[in-house]
Amino acid sequence: MSLLLEATDVRKFYGDTCALDGVSLRVSAGEFVSIIGPNGAGKTTLVNVLTGLTQPSSGHVRFKGTDVAGQGPVRLARLGMARSFQLVTIFPGLSVADTLAVATLSRLRRSARPFTALARDTDVRAAVEEVAALFGLADRLSRPASTLPQGDKKLLDVASAFALHPEMILMDEPTSGVSTADKIAIMETLVRAAARMGIRAIVQVEHDMDIVFGYSDRIVALHQGRVLADATPAAIRADADVVATVVGRPR
Amino acid sequence: MIVQALGAAAALGLLLLPLAGIPYTTTLLLPAFGYAIALLGLNLLFGSTGLLSFGHALFVALGGYTAAALTGRLGVRSLELVLLAAAAVAVVVAVPIGLLCVRYVKIYFGMLTLAFGMLFYSFLFKFYVLTGGDEGMRVLRPVLLGQPLEHLDTVAFLTGPFYYYALGVLVVAALVMHRLVTSPFGLSLRSIRENAAKAESLGISVRRHRLAAFVVAAIFGAVGGVLLVVPTGLADPLLAYWTHSGNLVFMLLLGGFDHFLGPVLGAVVFILLQDGVMSLTSYWRFVFGAILAVVVIFFPRGLMGLLDARRTALS
Repeated sequence: MSLLLEATDVRKFYGDTCALDGVSLRVSAGEFVSIIGPNGAGKTTLVNVLTGLTQPSSGHVRFKGTDVAGQGPVRLARLGMARSFQLVTIFPGLSVADTLAVATLSRLRRSARPFTALARDTDVRAAVEEVAALFGLADRLSRPASTLPQGDKKLLDVASAFALHPEMILMDEPTSGVSTADKIAIMETLVRAAARMGIRAIVQVEHDMDIVFGYSDRIVALHQGRVLADATPAAIRADADVVATVVGRPR
Repeated sequence: MIVQALGAAAALGLLLLPLAGIPYTTTLLLPAFGYAIALLGLNLLFGSTGLLSFGHALFVALGGYTAAALTGRLGVRSLELVLLAAAAVAVVVAVPIGLLCVRYVKIYFGMLTLAFGMLFYSFLFKFYVLTGGDEGMRVLRPVLLGQPLEHLDTVAFLTGPFYYYALGVLVVAALVMHRLVTSPFGLSLRSIRENAAKAESLGISVRRHRLAAFVVAAIFGAVGGVLLVVPTGLADPLLAYWTHSGNLVFMLLLGGFDHFLGPVLGAVVFILLQDGVMSLTSYWRFVFGAILAVVVIFFPRGLMGLLDARRTALS
């Protein structure tokens, strides 16, 4: 398995507060890794550091061997790492098709072309339709994103990140804010789409333990900015300390 | 259907106006062409990118003073050359100002552009040797497409060749702008307006795109400024004054910033309205203030929004 992402001894301070206290993490191709932990454990800070949005106070982050610490999301997207956010993050006034076109144009390095007619770009249209079909959004391409139901907004958010055809995707709570019934449907869609689109690794932050234990190859448990455990779901389940601290109830 | 019919009628009216033998109305409309071009640029910044500039008059004045310097001092009379030079000067000035301004958004962006506008106004006002201070600089009659047209008196020049020249530049500017807003670049700008953090996470370089929009807006402002000073024959510091920037924003809101032709309609209606109200009362600023308030409160999408709503209601 080839190593994609490697974080080494990452620390992040906000003033005197230590959000990450020496976190190390490796993600290889083919893995589905879940980051879990109670509120304030540093999960979102870790995702922000891993995706180049937040500069760590110390430590290294390498993606495919390139140092990406604090490099910013644009560079990360170019290198092949995409992310989605905890809260639904969409372009409210843009249609589903335009939203996916933004990502597709970015992937094709055509975002800044000033004089070509977007409506006649058949590459973009084909790619948009392909992604929309994978996410079940094909019949609402012309709808403004703001008018979609919550579950579809969440799907569109993730679909636009997938449309970058990244090698790896980090998702901050891909199923937050949607009903329990919708969660499984969203996860099934995500996993199927990732396989179809050749996404080689998925990292997610997730609170729902059914989803964490149901989908992950490996679980990283954070607590107070440290890695409490980094193991397979079966090993995590067997560790009573971790279960008590992070999962909160015996399983 | 109605909007298309109105549009076609308006275009035909603009084409035939100089033939109607009403030189007053014809010359009255000339500034509207210059303003319309400047507003197409301003709206790329506001309507597409979501950045409201209160200093756009800086670039209009830059165009005006470029025209004055070239025709009056350097002996360059070709209007094509003047327009190209104004565009080039706009790029040179807009890049450093834009680099600073696009680091900020919302009110901070607005205030910073206002500040640069005021700086430029002070420069024009104080550097008498270069700019003629409060007296401004004369703009000599330019040569259009190599035709000196010296046999025409000023009114005949303005209501004939210059009218069609300005209208032609407006049409070209509108076609270029239409290409821009329907291009991938235009979509990237709209994505930044809707959610800059999301755009960035999808690999769109937000600052670079904002800067590009700022520079394009400046070019359109300067080109509009050139056409604005030819009829008056004068470039004066008030072109850069903040109330002039305010007027530009007023025109944009009046016409409607979420429709491609809103800026053009806003410029034409503003000019006609200004003339009409000023001939009725000396309190025209009061009337304009009231109109602006009504537009913002009741018709936030401007006149184009009204036409659009009518169309929706009818269909």
